[in-house]
Amino acid sequence: MKGITPYLFLICLVVSGSAQAKLTIQITQGMEGALPIAIVPFGWSEPGDVPEDIAGIVGADLARDGHFAPTPVEQLVDTPHDARQVKFSQWRDLGVENLVVGKLLATADGNYQVQFQLFDVLRGKQLAGYNISAGASQLRRVGHQISDIIYEKLTGQRGAFNTHIAYVTVDQLAEGTRRFKLAVADADGFNEQIILTSSKALMSPSWSPDGQRLAYVSFEGDGGSTIYVQYIATGERERVASFRGINSAPAWSPDGQKLALTLSRDGNPEIYVMDVTSKRLRRITNHYAIETEPTWIPDGSGLVFTSDRGGRPQLYRVEIPRGGPLGRPQRLTFEGSYNTRASFSPDGSKLAMVHGSDGVYRIAVLDLKTGNLRVLTESSLDESPSFAPNGSMIIFATDINGRGVLEAVSVDGYAHQRLGFSQGDVREPAWSPYFSK
Amino acid sequence: MKKITGLGLIVAAMLAINGCSTMDKAFPLEGAKVDERKITGAGSTDTAALGGDFSGHALDDPNSPLSQKVFYFDLNSAEISMGDRNALMAHASYLIENPEVSIVAEGHADERGSREYNLALGERRGKAIEQLLLIQGVNRNQIQVISYGEERSAVMGHGESSWRQNRRVELRYSGY
Repeated sequence: MKGITPYLFLICLVVSGSAQAKLTIQITQGMEGALPIAIVPFGWSEPGDVPEDIAGIVGADLARDGHFAPTPVEQLVDTPHDARQVKFSQWRDLGVENLVVGKLLATADGNYQVQFQLFDVLRGKQLAGYNISAGASQLRRVGHQISDIIYEKLTGQRGAFNTHIAYVTVDQLAEGTRRFKLAVADADGFNEQIILTSSKALMSPSWSPDGQRLAYVSFEGDGGSTIYVQYIATGERERVASFRGINSAPAWSPDGQKLALTLSRDGNPEIYVMDVTSKRLRRITNHYAIETEPTWIPDGSGLVFTSDRGGRPQLYRVEIPRGGPLGRPQRLTFEGSYNTRASFSPDGSKLAMVHGSDGVYRIAVLDLKTGNLRVLTESSLDESPSFAPNGSMIIFATDINGRGVLEAVSVDGYAHQRLGFSQGDVREPAWSPYFSK
Repeated sequence: MKKITGLGLIVAAMLAINGCSTMDKAFPLEGAKVDERKITGAGSTDTAALGGDFSGHALDDPNSPLSQKVFYFDLNSAEISMGDRNALMAHASYLIENPEVSIVAEGHADERGSREYNLALGERRGKAIEQLLLIQGVNRNQIQVISYGEERSAVMGHGESSWRQNRRVELRYSGY
């Protein structure tokens, strides 16, 4: 890829979703050499307004990723809706390499057909063509599915646009009173669903691998932290850990059978693994230092966790053989005085973390094969990194002018986007796994 | 085995903080003495009218070392500062004399770094104070440590002046 010097530009899409909060998505840094792609507004020949701007959703998805440069709508030279209407020379002259056209059709049963085609403009060839049926409420998701198809065709990598994020929001009410909300939204921040509202702090949401449940930490009650597991669809929840001391940092095992967590019931914070069904606990660490923030190695063979047994908090890996004795924890991070809150890339090759050095806390990625540590951000209060399920982006929380916002950065560090709400703080994002609803 | 070593280290650290002299001799802080000092310090007619007793509860007496219920810590540290010893000894004495009273030591951290590590750090600070009180002879059942990490800031704002006030342990009394 030529010229990968990052440059700054700003697109600001202000949209109001179905929820009250107004979400803003800003692409704060894109890539030079991003792939130019034209996405023509989809055709609609029925009376009344088009039920959903599919092309707009696809354009916003691809722009957010940072590796694509969608042509602004006002610069589009034509408005074809299918292959017969496309004149490739026009688009070649405009300098775009790929073209997306499509249309929405109303069907007799009150639903819709979404047809779209992706073209290689230079070769004048169709790369993909689909016909998708959907109800009105599913049209946004169809848009994300189309983005995923385009992404996979053009990058060879699976897209992660049709996924979700969980996060915590905090509203400052009267002096000293706050309202915490645990929320789930589409990966672009739309369709926010409030899972839980509390006057006490909520922390550390973690997705079950099937996407049906969230484990999280709540400070409701008088005893400090408690871990709950809650079904997203029904709201039904179960208290899984409320021992004396800290009950926190839940992390689902890849098979969904276990939760790794931090308990200080035996004196100080240690890592345990709980069988989700029987609630039986297995103690993993045994050290007078702080051990917390476990995360599973994606193949389920062990955990990476934060420990300050060496004096300062660093990341360690421990193998958990089935039935056998535990391995000895191995230190993974050596650069910088503070490396915590690990998140694995889905293929297990990289670890994202909070990297503290000289009083600033940034998101860094460690390549476990080369040992190379790369700092991806330039802010100073970054926390809670979480990999997209395709490993392309990392979402994290940071502070902009005293407010908590979510940002996402591409693993190469070149593309940045920001998801913020018009009011209150947003924090602790967790990107969902792939799952079908 | 490891745990015992760990506890030993903590105890050793506590002893180091407090020096080797016997603390009881250095700080004879029985409740009566605290009151006495208060009265001589105040010397107003109001106080005289109270017949030599502070009208409020000893825990609320602004001139008593017991009035200090918040203790601050350095960044990423759970080391009790020398200047807080006096007040903590007074709390220990008070708890020993009033076994029906109990406290919660609430540990807190500033906003920097990861939330979960800060939750653990808040607990470590609370435990440092708990440990000091236990060494003085306070009954274990009188103390509970609860950490809130960085979730309950005393002061909003992003800068050392705010952070310093958020790295703390607050003692909350009940049963008096």
